[in-house]
Amino acid sequence: MMRPSIVSLLSGTLFGAGLALGGMTDPARVRGFLDLFGDWDPTLAFVMGGAVIVMAIAWRLVPRMSEPLLDGQFHLPTRSDLTPRLIGGAALFGIGWGIAGLCPGPGIAALVIEPAAAAIFVIAMLGGMALVRIFEGARS
Amino acid sequence: MTLPGFPEAAPLEGLAGGVLIGLAAALMLLALGRIAGVSGLAARAVGLGGSGIARSGAWMFIIGLPLGALIVLLASGGIAASFANPLTLGIAGLLVGIGTSLGSGCTSGHGVCGISRLSGRSVVATVTFMIAGIATVAVMNAFGLAVQ
Repeated sequence: MMRPSIVSLLSGTLFGAGLALGGMTDPARVRGFLDLFGDWDPTLAFVMGGAVIVMAIAWRLVPRMSEPLLDGQFHLPTRSDLTPRLIGGAALFGIGWGIAGLCPGPGIAALVIEPAAAAIFVIAMLGGMALVRIFEGARS
Repeated sequence: MTLPGFPEAAPLEGLAGGVLIGLAAALMLLALGRIAGVSGLAARAVGLGGSGIARSGAWMFIIGLPLGALIVLLASGGIAASFANPLTLGIAGLLVGIGTSLGSGCTSGHGVCGISRLSGRSVVATVTFMIAGIATVAVMNAFGLAVQ
């Protein structure tokens, strides 16, 4: 039986390889996709399409399984409410994504491609996550 | 292979990369019963909330990301990458961190795992960050704001 942590490592490695192979570790290519009204590069749509097709099949298998292969139960999001927090957060994320052409996965994967630049992005990203935690802690 | 009208696009590499990402997320879902959301797993790894997975498991996934990219880098002999200047990267990173925390996910959790599950929250989040990203690039281009 494979240990869960090895599965996590394998999943992350496949994920990182997919990002690099699909060109998503190149911020210029990602910004090219977002440049819909300019010199549009549709590559990201193929990446997302390939990933969504495979995952759509995986989701069809879930109801047939009583539990995951290596865990006693599924741990899946159950919320369905649309909140200002969700939409505002997604909008802020989208602005940051557009500014530099990086989202969390490619930013972390790019640590081996352009270490200094990727590290600045990743550290700032963790800083942003910490800010939300601090602010929410202060409010509650 | 190139796409007619889009000489810069790499549709086959994109599709192959996407299938690998889908397999990675499917492995996480079917073996561990969890969403492969990178922002949540990164937050979990460093102790900033995120998903309920064991922290060691979150670290293993996060370490895998550059490891996978390294394998492609070594196998291909080089990966094109053009990054913004440090100040721009810092501002963008901060916004991405705040936004994914508030919005409960990023391109992987909402965009890949959520869309394929037809989650209403994920569809709304993905449409929102796509529109915000497209608008941001359009505005930056309109004002001649270079990022290099």
